[in-house]
Amino acid sequence: MTATTHTEAAPKTTPLYDSHVAAGAKIVDFAGWAMPIHYGSQLKEHEIVRTDAGMFDVSHMCVIDITGGEAKEWLRTLIANDVEKLGFEGKALYSGMLTADGSVIDDLIVYLTHYGYRMVVNAGTADKDIAWMLKQAEGRNVVLTVRRELAMIAVQGPNAIEKACKVLHEEWESTITSLKVFQGFPFGSVEEGWFIARTGYTGEDGLEIMLPADEAPLFWKALLGAGVAPIGLGARDTLRLEAGMNLYGHDMDETISPLQAGMGWTIAWEPADRNFIGRAALEAERAAGVAMKQVGLVLEGRGVLREGQKVVVEDIGEGIITSGTFSPTLKHSVAIARVPAGTGATAQVDLRGTLTDVRVVKMPFVRNGKKVFE
Amino acid sequence: MSNVPAELKYVNSHEWLRLEEDGTVTIGITDHAQELLGDVVFVELPSVGDVLDADATAGVVESVKAASDVYAPIAGEVVEVNVELEASPELANSDPYGAAWFFRVKPANVADLDACLTAAEYTKEIGA
Repeated sequence: MTATTHTEAAPKTTPLYDSHVAAGAKIVDFAGWAMPIHYGSQLKEHEIVRTDAGMFDVSHMCVIDITGGEAKEWLRTLIANDVEKLGFEGKALYSGMLTADGSVIDDLIVYLTHYGYRMVVNAGTADKDIAWMLKQAEGRNVVLTVRRELAMIAVQGPNAIEKACKVLHEEWESTITSLKVFQGFPFGSVEEGWFIARTGYTGEDGLEIMLPADEAPLFWKALLGAGVAPIGLGARDTLRLEAGMNLYGHDMDETISPLQAGMGWTIAWEPADRNFIGRAALEAERAAGVAMKQVGLVLEGRGVLREGQKVVVEDIGEGIITSGTFSPTLKHSVAIARVPAGTGATAQVDLRGTLTDVRVVKMPFVRNGKKVFE
Repeated sequence: MSNVPAELKYVNSHEWLRLEEDGTVTIGITDHAQELLGDVVFVELPSVGDVLDADATAGVVESVKAASDVYAPIAGEVVEVNVELEASPELANSDPYGAAWFFRVKPANVADLDACLTAAEYTKEIGA
């Protein structure tokens, strides 16, 4: 017998790990977490979310509560979107958190709550985000509470809200069904941890439900009983790509400006005196002219567009595919690409050595189960 | 656990081979390969009449996850391709040793089959 040294830490598991294994999941390492990639067929799972209701374990994402007297003013400098827009309790805001150089540390959602703010950040970036936030909070009256004791389940699809309500407290139903898109609400006390938002990452209607980790397996089982199918990270990726949504580490990261990554709409330029981190760099970039832009690509013939493939725009320059896949809904390939700002309606992609014509379109590709681009 | 039928031959690039009664050899990808690929969405096959060297690229199989080359496990001339598989690439997932055969070759040297892996050797190769 020989001794071996393991230098890599074992992947972390969510409270639902055993539930995934019991459901026949194929488990992979995702950003240091042991997560289900699919439960048999990624294509079938994709279809279920587009036509019925599916659920995703997104407990690897990180919930951070932000309190303290300066929480609001601090958030107005920390992120590029403006929490001043959160006009009432429960409203959610999507934003980038930027470096001073104006590149993307992470993308996140922040909710206004009765006790302060709740932020949800990506799994793979959580440690980095928290370190950055703690540094920015030094000397400020801001308290960050990382809620690792919470699990998070996204229920998505045209029947998602109806099916989820069957297994949630009956007295919560009227509040849940009255939630507008991009609104969330805590149920019970903050410590109890139940928080339900009408948000998601699939282009379908649905809920993201935060709840105590020790209650998650039973709730997951109840959702199964209500006819909500477990969906893996594979289908999560094809769904979000069809919906034209960015994935951190692929469509943007710390080397890319939000202006080049389709996130211009998330930057609140007004009021002009709100000096958020990265503002000066973005203003300079905008004044000089943004060199690249994010577009959708459509390949209606055979083949699959993949991340990293070169995009050639005749007489203009080159770009790159940042996410590409076969679209299960459209039955052909689509991609998100970063291309020269002057790119028009057509381009070519180096598809395994062959320059292949693709159409350049405005995203999303699919919304509420239907093709939306021209 | 992957299915590795005992009566077939294999190569470590995950193609299987079956010697037919007429002396041609049918070639496909293994159950282990389709498991690794996940849902198959496109298949590109060689053309009838192509003369392939052993280990030459003979086609492409694209899944939702990745694109992979399909190799000719032995040298020979392509005598038939599975057009049904082109139309229904998902057969590669559901029936890798049956309806999802890829192509047939007339082998340059039928003895080349002897150098291919047995089911037991391939099973060991994939750690199944």
